[in-house]
Amino acid sequence: MVTAYEAAAAVPDPELPMVTIADLGILRDVRQDGDTVTVTITPTYSGCPAMREIAADLLRRLERAGYRHVDIATELSPPWTTDWITAEGRRKLAAAGIAPPGRARPAGPVPLTLTRPPVSCPHCGSAATREIAPFSATACKALYQCRECLEPFEYVKEF
Amino acid sequence: MTDFDEYGAYESLSLDTDDHRWAFGTGFADPLAGIDVTVPAGVDAAALARQCLALGDDALIYSHRLQQWVTRAPELEEETALANIALDLLGQARMLLTRAGQAEGNGRDEDRLAFFRDEREFRNVRLVERADADFAELTARLLIFSAWRLAVFQALTTNEDPVLAAIAAKAVKELTYHRDYAAGWVIRLGDGTDLSHAKMQAAVETLWPLVGELNLGKEADAALDAVFAAATLTRPSAVPAATVAGKAGRDGTHTEAMGYILAELQSVARAHPDATW
Repeated sequence: MVTAYEAAAAVPDPELPMVTIADLGILRDVRQDGDTVTVTITPTYSGCPAMREIAADLLRRLERAGYRHVDIATELSPPWTTDWITAEGRRKLAAAGIAPPGRARPAGPVPLTLTRPPVSCPHCGSAATREIAPFSATACKALYQCRECLEPFEYVKEF
Repeated sequence: MTDFDEYGAYESLSLDTDDHRWAFGTGFADPLAGIDVTVPAGVDAAALARQCLALGDDALIYSHRLQQWVTRAPELEEETALANIALDLLGQARMLLTRAGQAEGNGRDEDRLAFFRDEREFRNVRLVERADADFAELTARLLIFSAWRLAVFQALTTNEDPVLAAIAAKAVKELTYHRDYAAGWVIRLGDGTDLSHAKMQAAVETLWPLVGELNLGKEADAALDAVFAAATLTRPSAVPAATVAGKAGRDGTHTEAMGYILAELQSVARAHPDATW
């Protein structure tokens, strides 16, 4: 039998289906108490609409794995950071042509920054890239283009 | 390993009888589900409710204003940016209004607070109500709002209410990105052509009377000064907009624009309060 954690960890992110919620660090905890499973997830951004889709998918997958009583809990603190994306998650993102994030800015006063961190092209590895748009198809990504191979690509912003 | 591709997350939605999508009448999921929402002993619940309501209203009304640019922005990239910023603010509004309802303790949820309050019960600052006249006003207002809200939320990360502190800690990261995005445009346009400079300076002058109500702190002030300097803009010295018998947005006294916003925001929910689909 698949453990409750394994079933929960296999849930793909609705917007980035090449990675799972465990890869992204969205899955915070899976606890089993008798026949009740409590899954704790954390939103990436405050308005992330994928949270409900993820919760629905968790319920279905756990039910298929034989877990009938499942509670989905939200956790807000500490806030999600891209530093929680696992090495495996970063590898999968890069393999899918999405540049993984660098290290997030530490907590504390936030100085005004008008320049973006350097991002390497996930296709050819060149460091010569430019930002096309600071936001992309989802809140967590920006749109870049490689100056060498000219391919546009998405980049998961440090957060 | 479980099969990933047998059905996608979105496909499973159609099988889900308990639809949680974001539209009035589809059954909202509590954005604070599973979190300990007890108001800690020693915390003034009424004051907490007022604070969350004010900050939630700022986000709700401003998000609505930003959403009005969707399909109208000058470029697709900016439209995506504005939609994402509006979404972040709507997420903040949902959590803050939910928290306000909990602290208030009268059983009002985010829907009740967003759709069934009248203008005088809204506590947002008047700055967020304005309709943007042009792209210069849009980006200047976003800069002022984000720099101010970022400083406010930075301070709230150590609030004695752990739920408000957690909402703030999450929002700080988002607001930083909003502020820096807006700063980029204010500088590009302010330090651009003669025409773009004149329009940006005019935008800042137009908005400035509404800034008095924000009580900008040292940090927000410094961030704005840094951007104005880089943008070759002159910091306005306009006097604050008049209050009505000493009352402004936080007291429920709003500008003419507010009624129109609420008419659009609330009409469906009010016409069909029990609607489901």
